[in-house]
Amino acid sequence: MLIIDRPSQSRASRATMSGWCKAAVLLLAAAVVPYPALAQEAAKEPAASGFGADWESWHAGNSVSDMASLQRGARDFLAYCNGCHALKYERYSRLGQDLSISPDLLQKDLIPSSRKASDYIATPMPAPDAEAWFGKEPPDLSLIARSRGTDYLYQYLMTFYVDPTRPTGTNNLALDATAMPAVLSSLEGLKRAVFKNVQTRGDSGVVTERVFDHFETLAPGQLSRDEYAAFVRDIVNFLDYVGEPQQAHRRALGVWVVLFLLVFTWLAWLLKKEYWKDVQ
Amino acid sequence: MATVVKPPATPAAKPGGLRAWFYKRLPIEEFISTQLTGYFAPKNFNFWYYFGVLSLVVLVLQLVTGIFLTMFYKPGEATAFDSVEYIMREVDWGWLIRYLHSTGASAFFVIVYLHMYRALLYGSYKRPRELLWVIGMLVYLTLMAEAFLGYVLPWGNMSYWAAQVIVNLFGTIPGIGPGLVEWIRGDYGIADATLNRFFALHVVAVPLGLLLLVVLHLVALRTTGSNNPDGIEIKERLGGDGKPVDGIPFHPYYTVKDMVGVGVFFVLLAIVVFFVPTLGGYFLEHANFDHADPFSTPPEITPSWYFTPYYAILRAVPDQRLGALLLLLAVLAYLFLPWLDRSPVKSMRYRGWLSRAFLALFTVSFLGLMYAGLNPPQGVYVLIGRICTVGYFLYFILMYWYSSPRFDPVKPVPERLRYHADH
Repeated sequence: MLIIDRPSQSRASRATMSGWCKAAVLLLAAAVVPYPALAQEAAKEPAASGFGADWESWHAGNSVSDMASLQRGARDFLAYCNGCHALKYERYSRLGQDLSISPDLLQKDLIPSSRKASDYIATPMPAPDAEAWFGKEPPDLSLIARSRGTDYLYQYLMTFYVDPTRPTGTNNLALDATAMPAVLSSLEGLKRAVFKNVQTRGDSGVVTERVFDHFETLAPGQLSRDEYAAFVRDIVNFLDYVGEPQQAHRRALGVWVVLFLLVFTWLAWLLKKEYWKDVQ
Repeated sequence: MATVVKPPATPAAKPGGLRAWFYKRLPIEEFISTQLTGYFAPKNFNFWYYFGVLSLVVLVLQLVTGIFLTMFYKPGEATAFDSVEYIMREVDWGWLIRYLHSTGASAFFVIVYLHMYRALLYGSYKRPRELLWVIGMLVYLTLMAEAFLGYVLPWGNMSYWAAQVIVNLFGTIPGIGPGLVEWIRGDYGIADATLNRFFALHVVAVPLGLLLLVVLHLVALRTTGSNNPDGIEIKERLGGDGKPVDGIPFHPYYTVKDMVGVGVFFVLLAIVVFFVPTLGGYFLEHANFDHADPFSTPPEITPSWYFTPYYAILRAVPDQRLGALLLLLAVLAYLFLPWLDRSPVKSMRYRGWLSRAFLALFTVSFLGLMYAGLNPPQGVYVLIGRICTVGYFLYFILMYWYSSPRFDPVKPVPERLRYHADH
């Protein structure tokens, strides 16, 4: 990496370096989001129809018992997310076992050649580089579904929009000023957020707030809107599974445990009734 | 009329064998005959009387699951969080042990609160059971310490910030406050040293104290005997055989009855453990799945649900020092109940409307404080917190007067327990 190898002793070279950093970020953003030209061109066209006004009530609607969805989610996560995000508590082998992926297929398609099946799912991106490029290290996602919830993850991945004021060229409704670029824009396409000004009467007079109104498509991606939603749902489903890999087993076992305890309690109640016949 | 069971055979009558060998060296049979088969309990125990035995069951559950957790948990800033996830994911049945322990902690408080409420309802703290009550309150205080210390151990972000808030409460003590906080933490902030000492206290020191207090609580209980929903002393009416006419032997009658209660409890526990282990963030907070981070405060720092009534009292007062003082008083107020309550009868069944109204006020206030404490300290929640704080304290402060028979005339108490067999 140029940025790291460059000696930077003098003030001048430090200044250049920060310039380089910025350039790198912009380059990276441009690679995934070719926004400026496209955005302006598309903006001239009248939007076909607005959507997304109700984004806050969107639900992930995923199910960890849907094995096909989990397998697709795992494949897509490793292809699109794992470049920056690790799953440090999940081993490849565990993933294969739980998701019914054969060891051969796992080794052939999902495990990088430098890694073993028993390894935890790390990311190839070095942390110092990540911090230099994005301002922060992309978080490990092992527990993200547990700490933020699946609905949040779904809303987050569904509400990226073009915002030229951000270094990445995009912003997000669920997480304002997110450091993450819209890496899925080749699939989703690009969309613009339309805001409206809402006046509310507060304690200190009338306050004007900029409130999100709806999205408008700027450029379609490889997937239709529904296909993209299904794609996101699979990834969220996979992250839900990774958050607690044994959860399906837990629920399945729970039915038997509760049934056993109900029978036990019923027998205990019969025994109690028998004994208490004496008590007048 | 209670059935008279045969007195247990005197061990001395048995000539030899293993049993006699043991008896000569350890009074096992004497213990069984005085504490179980020959211990007479009132026969009219109702729903509220399951929570004593249940708290004992949960205590054992917590001790056993806790022992297994320590086999894999690694205290330390760098290891604690990872080791908990290791238990959840890679240790065989680790997730079950951990969920039992985390759910057990909340269940413990549900049970203990209902157990304490029973005492308020039937005057179980009144003479001659003052010490039983005081020891029970010490059990409760110790349990609060134990729960707080344990809550810090997973080293999630809420663990960290809850520890920050609660330890800082000691800083409001005039003079020694700041030094005391540093002494508790063992560092200038909540850090590795804090986590390690909390682990030591949680797994060794506090459980030892808890066990000692529980034994004392049981000894005091067996000395005075249990109260009952009618608040009548069964020892005052003995039959021709010298046994209470309204009593039945604890074993087998209450052991089989408690088995039903324990069964129902385990059904409910299993439903939480297997289907909703986080209980929507009340039993395991969402923010606690993020690693402790001194630079990132969670949007809302709330303690576990069982501390929220006191937390709401703390926040009801604008001045932090005064708030902390009120919090302390709120917890300690229970200790004075035996001497504040001047009613000649124990049970609410035979008290007038005034005592009942104040108990209702306390009930609503406690639940209102819990509700306020679970919500952000803004707007209506602050108001609810303040009104309920006043209600909570009025129950204690005014008890000396409203419980007096001058203001709250009592109904005649029957001579015998009210009990109707189901058949």
